[in-house]
Amino acid sequence: MNLTQQFRDITRSVTHGPGVFSKLPKSARWSLVGMLIIAFYFMPYWPNVPVLGWIVNTPGTSFENVLTDQIMVFVLMALGLNVVVGFAGLLDLGYVGFYAVGAYTTAILTSQHASWPWLAALPVSVLAAMAAGVILGTPTLRLRGDYLAIVTLGFGEIIRITANNTNWLGGPRGINNIKHPPNIGPLKFTVLDAKPYWYLGFTIILLVLFVLHRLEHSRVGRAWSAVREDEDAAELMGVDTFKFKLWAFAIGAAVGGLAGSLYATKVAFINPDGFLLQLSILFLAAVVLGGTGNMYGAIVGGFLVAWVPERFRNFDTRRYFVFGCILVLVMVFRPQGIIPRRGSAAGPAPVEGDAQ
Amino acid sequence: MLLEVNDLHVFYGRIEALKGISFTVNQGEIVTLIGANGAGKTTTMRTVSGVRPVTQGSIIFEGQDITKMPPHERVKLGICQAPEGRGIFPGMTVRENLEMGTYVRGGNAAEKASDLEHVFTLFPRLRERITQFGGTLSGGEQQMLAIGRALMSRPRLLLLDEPSMGLAPMLIAQIFQIIKQINSEGISVLLVEQNATQALRTAQRGYVLETGHVVKEGSGQLLLDDPAVRAAYLGG
Repeated sequence: MNLTQQFRDITRSVTHGPGVFSKLPKSARWSLVGMLIIAFYFMPYWPNVPVLGWIVNTPGTSFENVLTDQIMVFVLMALGLNVVVGFAGLLDLGYVGFYAVGAYTTAILTSQHASWPWLAALPVSVLAAMAAGVILGTPTLRLRGDYLAIVTLGFGEIIRITANNTNWLGGPRGINNIKHPPNIGPLKFTVLDAKPYWYLGFTIILLVLFVLHRLEHSRVGRAWSAVREDEDAAELMGVDTFKFKLWAFAIGAAVGGLAGSLYATKVAFINPDGFLLQLSILFLAAVVLGGTGNMYGAIVGGFLVAWVPERFRNFDTRRYFVFGCILVLVMVFRPQGIIPRRGSAAGPAPVEGDAQ
Repeated sequence: MLLEVNDLHVFYGRIEALKGISFTVNQGEIVTLIGANGAGKTTTMRTVSGVRPVTQGSIIFEGQDITKMPPHERVKLGICQAPEGRGIFPGMTVRENLEMGTYVRGGNAAEKASDLEHVFTLFPRLRERITQFGGTLSGGEQQMLAIGRALMSRPRLLLLDEPSMGLAPMLIAQIFQIIKQINSEGISVLLVEQNATQALRTAQRGYVLETGHVVKEGSGQLLLDDPAVRAAYLGG
């Protein structure tokens, strides 16, 4: 057995477990999950914990801000993009567009052209992104594979360039004074303290995870899997493939809009440079790295893609080299991603004849 | 008459693949389309199931014009295809693949369980592979899975595209036996085959396709005995 295989076996037993977790009694499983959730709520304090602190710490930047401005955004975006790419198997290279629609809708409604409270702007931002998903999806989802990728790529750029050239949207100067969320009891949402945003953001991540989990295991989720595995076969089994692809686009877009709105309210200032094509690629990298089609993989991937460049910030510009090396290593040793989707290794059907 | 195809024309770009094909399938029949590569067999099948749009002509199912109906709607009417090249879902288990067959019908777990049991009676091998992923099955097993999955939708007309392709000779005989059995349960079958001998022995009627035209039609036995058909498709 070669080294690669050994490494795969070890990591596999870590990510899939020898069934230890699923063999635990229900109460033990739930308390474990509960403890994990609490631990994640305390994430802003992780740098103060011995050992763990040394690992997660981001030299030169405040970990709190990395957590909200980068990690929170990337985890949500990876979760949303995973619906499109991972569940339904549609390659979207312009996912940043929905993030921008969400952020800009919040910015317009709370600062530029109205002074709505953020809580009122949030649902409108999500709906606006969803509408953008439907508008983009209706003509383009008749295309497949590479063609869809190119068209979505164009969409992401159109949104950014439009924002850049429209004074009504702040032009290249962007929009500032975006409203913060209202204070909730002791939680004060200001520019000075990032922690409340993490508590809010992590709660939203949990909600999104719950909703997507329910969807994945519903009739909709089965239709998505069928479309991903073989679109023609799905249609021949009675799945309205166009409808479900459009749903995947709309739901993915809604999560993207949510992340955009959350980001806008946290940083209070957005401009078109925050929505470059590079982000779409990084969101996709997060999904693929974590394990396309697995939501927990998307979370891990989103975290890594956001955190690694910050962790190695003291490597200066070479940090991207480190980041690239890590991406390559993971893809060599775990081509299906860190936490693969069940069945993703089964691959395409063999073409050779029957061996009996 | 269950299925009536009239003067079907289909283009791939500017190339006319079907140049006016007409045929019928009666209730309870097995009808086969035979012909060489490129004769238009698979294209015909794909237009009946709906994944290939029609340029001219009509498809009537039980008196209803379905020429423009999308494929997923046709499944609801009872037309179900086991696609060529065994279009199974590689990343789903055998059970999940079979359950996708009931997608149009929805609900009723008891019905699903009995349908599953029925498929396992026809293909005992699938029962052994129930938790295995579709993509890890052998070619023959995938073929069984594709047929089993189509049966799970309780079709009135089953479309089989090259079910014997790439299979070992023993398995071919078995597949045709199973097709007969499915038919005896009241399901009409439209069968596209390159293995003309077996297909004509199994079918009540057959059509011979050549470069987008129907050149001969008749009962299975009649075509088997036809000298021209023998020379062209049955090896003399």
